[in-house]
Amino acid sequence: MIVLAFDFALFLEKLILIAVVIFGSLGVALYTTFAERKVAAILQDRRGPNRAGPFGLLQPFADGLKLVFKEEIIPNTSNKTLFIMGPGLAMTAALMTSAVLPWGNKVELFDRTIALQIADVNIGMLYVFAVVSMGVYGIMIGGWASNNKFSLMAALRGASQAISYELAMGLSLIALVMVTGSLSLKTIVEQQMLPGHLWNIAYQPLGFLLFLVCAFAECNRTPFDLPEAENELNFGYHQEYSSMKLGFYLFAEYVNMFISSAIMATIYFGGYDIPFLDESKISPNIAAILGIGALMTKIIIFIFVFMWVRWTIPRFRYDQLMNLGWKKMVPLALANMLLTGAIILWLQGK
Amino acid sequence: MGTTQLLFWLLSALSIFSAMMVLISKNPVHSVLWLVLVFFTISGHYILLNAQFLFIVNLIVYAGAIMVLFLFVIMLMNLNKDAEPQKSIWMKLAGAISGGSLLLIFVSVVRSASEMQSKQALLKTGNIGLIDQLGKTLFSEYVIPFEISSVLFLSAMVGAVAIGKKH
Repeated sequence: MIVLAFDFALFLEKLILIAVVIFGSLGVALYTTFAERKVAAILQDRRGPNRAGPFGLLQPFADGLKLVFKEEIIPNTSNKTLFIMGPGLAMTAALMTSAVLPWGNKVELFDRTIALQIADVNIGMLYVFAVVSMGVYGIMIGGWASNNKFSLMAALRGASQAISYELAMGLSLIALVMVTGSLSLKTIVEQQMLPGHLWNIAYQPLGFLLFLVCAFAECNRTPFDLPEAENELNFGYHQEYSSMKLGFYLFAEYVNMFISSAIMATIYFGGYDIPFLDESKISPNIAAILGIGALMTKIIIFIFVFMWVRWTIPRFRYDQLMNLGWKKMVPLALANMLLTGAIILWLQGK
Repeated sequence: MGTTQLLFWLLSALSIFSAMMVLISKNPVHSVLWLVLVFFTISGHYILLNAQFLFIVNLIVYAGAIMVLFLFVIMLMNLNKDAEPQKSIWMKLAGAISGGSLLLIFVSVVRSASEMQSKQALLKTGNIGLIDQLGKTLFSEYVIPFEISSVLFLSAMVGAVAIGKKH
């Protein structure tokens, strides 16, 4: 009897790819915390962390060790299972999106062609959207399980922020899908690589702007970082958390930032496409490595924009945040969708 | 037993177990979370049937949106053990018997329905659940019901805003 009949080489290949992507995301997120402090220092005319290791490069590890070794406090009246589950859910949701992102074209190793994408599903865009909507659970469960009124109110605040901006995000993605005609992220990248075809940013400038703002809101980044408003709003849903569980919540924010930068680079800025270079003319392995480099460069630029905004713009008040989300972003996204549809119909009719 | 079959049994067992836990859990928040797991396992079945669009829409709409609303309401309702109405053992017994009979009727209907007999589920094949196929069907064959239901949704949305504006 054959219990499991499948290609073990493929299984192994995917397993390695998953491990690389997950540890890669965590590693990038680790050094994003360092970069954040350095960028803040540059913008504020300071030096930033420079004690641990050369140029302070070991600082993220020092911070991680500090968080791990801090005393772990679980409130007596909390719901213990859910209290522990909350940060885990936040981190899982943050990492899950990377499964459908194409990190590069393909490499040829040991007579095998390996696609640098964990799963090329034909609903990639919707998958991203579904995982984003799952991110709310980590916030709500953490806040509720703490059994603290401030945490609960902050969780509801955070969750309603996430839900409000998901709407405009979804609408701006619909306009993009109308342009591409495909939901697969791989196909979207390949379309943008075609000669004579511009990156999607050229066809969807307003859509990109809306998506960018929504990404800021979904990652809880300034100007939407109400969970960090400690003095006026009593911190966020993670008020009762300490030690590495708090670290997971904060770290999930950085993973989210990395992943949403990767999504923006993929769907609006050509993914692993190198501008003004025909990738089919060079050998696939070199093209793949160059492509990964190009994608990472784009991601790093986006992460820098995230930080730049954080240290430049002050935080919104909560009513301003809701007004912007519902009364400006959603109508603009709807108008963008209508306009895109009308132009596509007009071009088809010609 | 192939991989598909193994996955089918695993998903089925998990979905029945989590559905039971929805009923058994004392804490309503736990019930909601188990229900989310039920939606995940049922979505897994959609994948086995090659209905990827249904899989993701089931997750976005039910697990991602409706269950979050449930969670919102339950978290704000301040439910605790003292406020819970205590039912007598006879009530519980009557409930179990009537619920069990309903389950029997459902099972027998599914087993004896003429549309179901001598038919097999299309595993890994079939394209009705794929997005292009579903879109074409919805906008050609079922365009009028589809549009009517979307107008219905719109009116419900307008109604919700109108109720909210009163205060």
